[in-house]
Amino acid sequence: MMLEITTTHYLLLSAVLFAIGAAGILVRRNMITVLMSIELVLNSVNLNLIAFSYQLSDLTGQIFAVFTIAVAAGEAAVGLGILIALFRLLDDTHLDKATELHG
Amino acid sequence: MFEFLTTSGPALLFYLFALMAVAGAVCVVSMRNPMYGAIGLLVCFLSIAALFLLRHAEFVAVVQIFVYGGGIMVLFLFVIMLVNLHRLHETTMLGNYWRTAFVVSLALVAIFGFLFLKVEFGPSFEDPSKFVDALEPGMGNSEAVAWKLYREYLLPFEIASVFLLVAMVGAVVLGRRA
Repeated sequence: MMLEITTTHYLLLSAVLFAIGAAGILVRRNMITVLMSIELVLNSVNLNLIAFSYQLSDLTGQIFAVFTIAVAAGEAAVGLGILIALFRLLDDTHLDKATELHG
Repeated sequence: MFEFLTTSGPALLFYLFALMAVAGAVCVVSMRNPMYGAIGLLVCFLSIAALFLLRHAEFVAVVQIFVYGGGIMVLFLFVIMLVNLHRLHETTMLGNYWRTAFVVSLALVAIFGFLFLKVEFGPSFEDPSKFVDALEPGMGNSEAVAWKLYREYLLPFEIASVFLLVAMVGAVVLGRRA
């Protein structure tokens, strides 16, 4: 008997990670946790890109994954900058406290 | 038994790291203390780097460890320690719509799973372990990625560097004491 890993395995794992990340974004009200969940979602997308790069024997997927990582790094830096600014303003990181734009 | 381990080794490693990645992800969304969540996130990042290695994406795996495991993780830990942790314990953990959110994410898994199990991808186009040699025999993964990145994708690469500069300036401006 020999176990084999196919692209479908990777796709299913990435779907599970994506759903966990999406649930974290929707459910949690702590800004830090929401930002960490966004990183989870981006990582699950990278998993798909790498799996298809292997499936199609094409390096473009890996190049795209590198760009995704660059964008994720920028997003984390700006997101945490906003978090710090908001924490100075509200003295809290709870999302429901940020209601200034509700009008 | 030994033969099973040698032939199915990568598959067993896949299941191990997939389990660790899912456990880390669950830790991120379920822990009340963001510090434990950050540790779970680190476990998840490193497991995903191992899964990249199993798909012969060595360069991306190392970049994943450097950028996510190093840079982004330090950024998160910095911010968690900067904000007051005692205050975080008092806040309610879940929003008002958590039941809807759980149903939506479960439906997401069901739909994706159904679609992915329906599609038959078939075998890979070539011998996949050899595809890094596509440009030149004996070329490693990093070298192949570099050739493609600096020739075909030079403009997106430059745009990414400008984007990172803009993000850095933006983060400094946002973090400045008003």
